[in-house]
Amino acid sequence: MNKKHLEVVGKPRRRVDARAKVTGALRFADDLSLPRMLHCKLLRSPHPHAMVVSIDTAKAERHPGVHLVLTKKDFPVPFGIMPVAVDEFPLTDHARHVGDPVAAVVAMDEQTADFALGLLEVKYEKLKTISDPEEALNSPEPRIHEYGEQGNIHRNQSYEFGDVDEALAKSDHVFEDLFFYQGNTHLPMEQQATLANLEGDGKLLVTSSTQNPHYLHRQLARVLQIPEARIRVIATPNGGGFGGKCDPANHEMVVAKAALVLGRPVKIGLTREEVFYQHRGRHPVLMKMRTGVTKDGKLPAMHLQTLLDGGGYGSHGPASTFYTGVLTPVTYELPRFKFEACRTFTNKPACGPKRGHGTPQPRFGQEVQLDKIAEKLRMDPAELRLGMVTKANSLTANWLNVGSTALVQCINEVVARSDWKNKFGKMKEGRGVGLACSTYMCGAGLPIYWNKLPHSGVQLLLDRSGQVTVYCGATEIGQGSDDVLATIVAEVLGIDTGLVRCVTGDTGITPVDLGSYSSRVTIMMGNAAVQAAERVRAQLADAVAEKLEVLPDHLIFSGGKVFHPANADGISFREAVEMAEGKFGTIGAVGSYSPPRPPGRYKGSGVGPSPAYSFSACVVEVEVDPNTGWIEVPKIWIAHDIGRTLNPVLARGQVIGGVYMGLSEALMEEQAFRRLPEKLSSALVHKMPSMLEYKSLTALDMPDVDVALIEDPDPNCPFGAKEVGQGPLLPVMPALANAIFDAVGVRVDEIPVTPDKVLRALELKSKGLTPRVGPDHFPSVPYPEPVYVITPEEGGDGKESKKEERKRASAAVV
Amino acid sequence: MLRLPWFDYRAPRTVAEAAKILAGEGPQAMLIAGGTDLLPNMKRRHQTPKVLVSLRGISSLKGISNGSAVNFGSGLSLTEIVQHGKTPVALRQAAAQVATPHLRNVGTLGGNLCLDTRCTYYNQNYEWRQAIDFCLKKDGDTCWVATASKRCVAVSSTDTAPALIALGASVVLVSSSGSREVKLEDLYRNDGIEYLSRKPDEVLTEVKIPSGWKSTYWKLRRRGSFDFPILGVAVALKMQGDVIEGARVALGAAASRPFLVDKAGEYLKGKKLTDDVIAEACAMIASRAKPMDNTDMDLYWRKEVADDFAGYALRELRGDDMRETRLRIARYAV
Ligand SMILES: Cc1cc2nc3c(=O)[nH]c(=O)nc-3n(C[C@H](O)[C@H](O)[C@H](O)COP(=O)(O)OP(=O)(O)OC[C@H]3O[C@@H](n4cnc5c(N)ncnc54)[C@H](O)[C@@H]3O)c2cc1C
Ligand code: SF4
Repeated sequence: MNKKHLEVVGKPRRRVDARAKVTGALRFADDLSLPRMLHCKLLRSPHPHAMVVSIDTAKAERHPGVHLVLTKKDFPVPFGIMPVAVDEFPLTDHARHVGDPVAAVVAMDEQTADFALGLLEVKYEKLKTISDPEEALNSPEPRIHEYGEQGNIHRNQSYEFGDVDEALAKSDHVFEDLFFYQGNTHLPMEQQATLANLEGDGKLLVTSSTQNPHYLHRQLARVLQIPEARIRVIATPNGGGFGGKCDPANHEMVVAKAALVLGRPVKIGLTREEVFYQHRGRHPVLMKMRTGVTKDGKLPAMHLQTLLDGGGYGSHGPASTFYTGVLTPVTYELPRFKFEACRTFTNKPACGPKRGHGTPQPRFGQEVQLDKIAEKLRMDPAELRLGMVTKANSLTANWLNVGSTALVQCINEVVARSDWKNKFGKMKEGRGVGLACSTYMCGAGLPIYWNKLPHSGVQLLLDRSGQVTVYCGATEIGQGSDDVLATIVAEVLGIDTGLVRCVTGDTGITPVDLGSYSSRVTIMMGNAAVQAAERVRAQLADAVAEKLEVLPDHLIFSGGKVFHPANADGISFREAVEMAEGKFGTIGAVGSYSPPRPPGRYKGSGVGPSPAYSFSACVVEVEVDPNTGWIEVPKIWIAHDIGRTLNPVLARGQVIGGVYMGLSEALMEEQAFRRLPEKLSSALVHKMPSMLEYKSLTALDMPDVDVALIEDPDPNCPFGAKEVGQGPLLPVMPALANAIFDAVGVRVDEIPVTPDKVLRALELKSKGLTPRVGPDHFPSVPYPEPVYVITPEEGGDGKESKKEERKRASAAVV
Repeated sequence: MLRLPWFDYRAPRTVAEAAKILAGEGPQAMLIAGGTDLLPNMKRRHQTPKVLVSLRGISSLKGISNGSAVNFGSGLSLTEIVQHGKTPVALRQAAAQVATPHLRNVGTLGGNLCLDTRCTYYNQNYEWRQAIDFCLKKDGDTCWVATASKRCVAVSSTDTAPALIALGASVVLVSSSGSREVKLEDLYRNDGIEYLSRKPDEVLTEVKIPSGWKSTYWKLRRRGSFDFPILGVAVALKMQGDVIEGARVALGAAASRPFLVDKAGEYLKGKKLTDDVIAEACAMIASRAKPMDNTDMDLYWRKEVADDFAGYALRELRGDDMRETRLRIARYAV
């Protein structure tokens, strides 16, 4: 009953939501308007760290046009995306950063609300400000949060997979490097907006630019203390998310509450500056990597230490902390691995998940360090990597199942396409190429809150008109998830995507999907869609088979028809639905998906596992002006192991978008903060919360990008399709830094790589000093005793083991 | 979104009428041309004029005349300036690199010359500035760039001014009590707050540019697409064969005003543009570029590359093929 060829999958097609996007018909959250709608503005703390002593709201409340003023006392219940970090109040009385909301005004229009903010009289009691992780480690008091490991340490953890010290001692070389990756933000074009109102049946409807309506739904119920069934969340198509709209946000809670209190629609739209304060972006991470190397270019062990600047709240921080290490052993064989990570609170907007979530930072360090290793061993960096790529379906030291991998093909592809062999080390002074690889998850193996339910559900509804409606909680954030959904359903049913209507991201009518994060949608929603579509196909086949007097299994669904191989005329899909409706009644089916149980059994082994991993390899070419340090990137080659391409137009768009974002981080983006002279001021402010002054690449600055999609279908993925949303960003930053070294022989062990750093390093070089710019020390962090786990290779069972077993295991290996 | 404060809006049809309104309303009135600088600033409460006097309806400000000098009306858009055949090279290059195409279609030459000075502690919205307790330039007492300074050192960020100063341009200022013409360099004062010598009731109506100068403008910034200058180098030369008869070098974004580097101009007179002469002139030019740490990019770097940029300008005027360098920095043909 299977077709010989795929008909929709793999064909370049206009995405299903394209027309609305290019004509402007698409309605983003901020386009929404309702009769009698009121407007909300938030009053944000001007202090980086302060207690709100009192708020006098009388003047604001009396101001004409003001309907409601809300403060902390209206929100007794906190929220947070992760159950272990429920540490935010919609409005706070303990301001943890400049921009933390302390009060809200709802008024007849935005202008009035804005004006009335100025009428609120807030008394603050300032607290000592903590500006970075080192200061956080040195200042346990005052505590930014009452919970956490100790003082201002939010998370602190240590894992050891096999005896790392022993392996390092036996290595021919041990490379020790420090790297720093500056924080940066998502910078989506669309600023967050939310509209809350009561529906005709009295239920609360919250329509918002969120990536995760399901988690928002749960958190709203928590904060508002009303049952989930009385709340509906609709995620509008996001004008870009990149992780910035994953956390439930203060403004969403506030307008929901206001709509409940007032019984009128209440809307809020954040300004660009407020988006910088909402943040949840890339954590600034300081890294120390001690890596053992054999003289023939293998890595017996690595000891990785990371220190994260978490900002003022937990956000996804507990997961981010894990992600600064757990994927490190997935790309290259690393039999032993020790990973220590610490996340501190600081008085800055909270960091969280941004495209690549926690992994770009160690990836940068690892790939630059490999470049240094290759240089020392006088090996070609591509050959070095090819010699240690992890094997398909192997288990890493930390118990992740590598699954399918086409990393070797990816490396070979970019090496060939970029003419690497003739360029690396051979170009004229000032020009160079650099290579790096990476991996990413196709969806997190575990949900954010503990449950055993499906991660994604899809429901199909067909009727005699021949139209197919597909319902799923997944959210279209610009990545093309609606198109993925339509593609998969259309392929299974042998029809055109034009017959499929997608209804997505609506907790009131769509089955639960956990959300658009973690590169999970194509795989999880896709697998659920395949199941649902196969179920209705079976119903259709039964009905048609009866009519044609053939076996259902022999029927083929293709080209909008259902037919038996013996007679290609068959009957139309519409008729097939009609027959099925006649035979079974209304036609529909559901499908759902839960990822496989991961092999690791130790506490903490839940972060990192995935049904599949994507792999990428990238070559960046640069031109550096030795007089000014000016960096020009003429071209980038990238190969991405995508498993299977569902829609090449969208897949290439995702790859190029990822490269764009990676290059922008590599060259300029910085969520940087400014402290004023402490004698005169306690200010700690974002340096440039504006689109103009927060520097990011523009279209004009983009080089030519050569994209190779490597297809090696993965059995865990729908039609074999892996993720493409995050992976291709990851190798760009280290490839750029490595290219700079090839061009002018200097190392910038820090992101972003800017002309001034290159020039400083060149100056060091000309003086005969170490031509390197980067962090110069790693503070002493009180990491805990490691959780020790025996590796799969050394016969472990995936659980934490006691000291004696540990000795036995390493003795057995020796 | 950020909202504008309330204001009255007046739309005079003639310069005389505009001047009269200004005289009547006093300093609480402000002119608005394209509004590309003023309106964002008003949203951030840098300026909160009670009355906006629009120049857009005054057709005489869109005039172009030419004789021994080219005269541009201050109301011409930057796009019009870029596209006009008589626009001297440095001015065209400067105007073509202001902001983005959309903003150049709206922004005017007059507005560009009167552009507010910029500073990373100032070009922020009201709440941000509240978080640093404001600064000397607006609502505060301290200059956070130079805390001991009694003067605001915000940066003149107009691109066309240094180009026009190098070209020897002058401007006409009209008020209800008459009109005066001043050399463009004299329009500016080295003060981040009182950065213009224009009186509040004066309308800048015209820019007069003498002809016969060979000129160029190089703009340093992070991105070619839409950044303000962090250094602008403009050079105009009058040549007699390959000998320099007259030379004017101007710098932008290096102080609170654009200014002439007289020493370099004097030095270049009577010389040929040899490598040595260029190097010497570049050193003189760079020594006058004393940026403060209140713009984009690392201060150290901005100091280091000033002479390179001066070199680009002089080499281009010598006839070196600088197109590749230009494209790398400007990102598009200018
Ligand atoms: C994102 C962005 C990027 C930018 N980048 C650049 C850049 O790279 N380089 C650059 O130089 N500028 C830049 N600008 C600033 C601005 O767009 C231009 O300088 C533009 O030319 C200003 O002209 P305008 O007509 O819009 O001025 P307006 O905003 O209308 O006025 C600016 C000021 O000049 C006064 N004024 C205007 N016309 C007259 C007149 N005829 N007589 C007296 N006073 C007058 C106004 O009162 C006001 O104080 C940028 C702006 C933005 C928003
Ligand atoms: S230079 Fe000083 S006074 Fe002027 S705007 Fe900047 S911080 Fe304010």
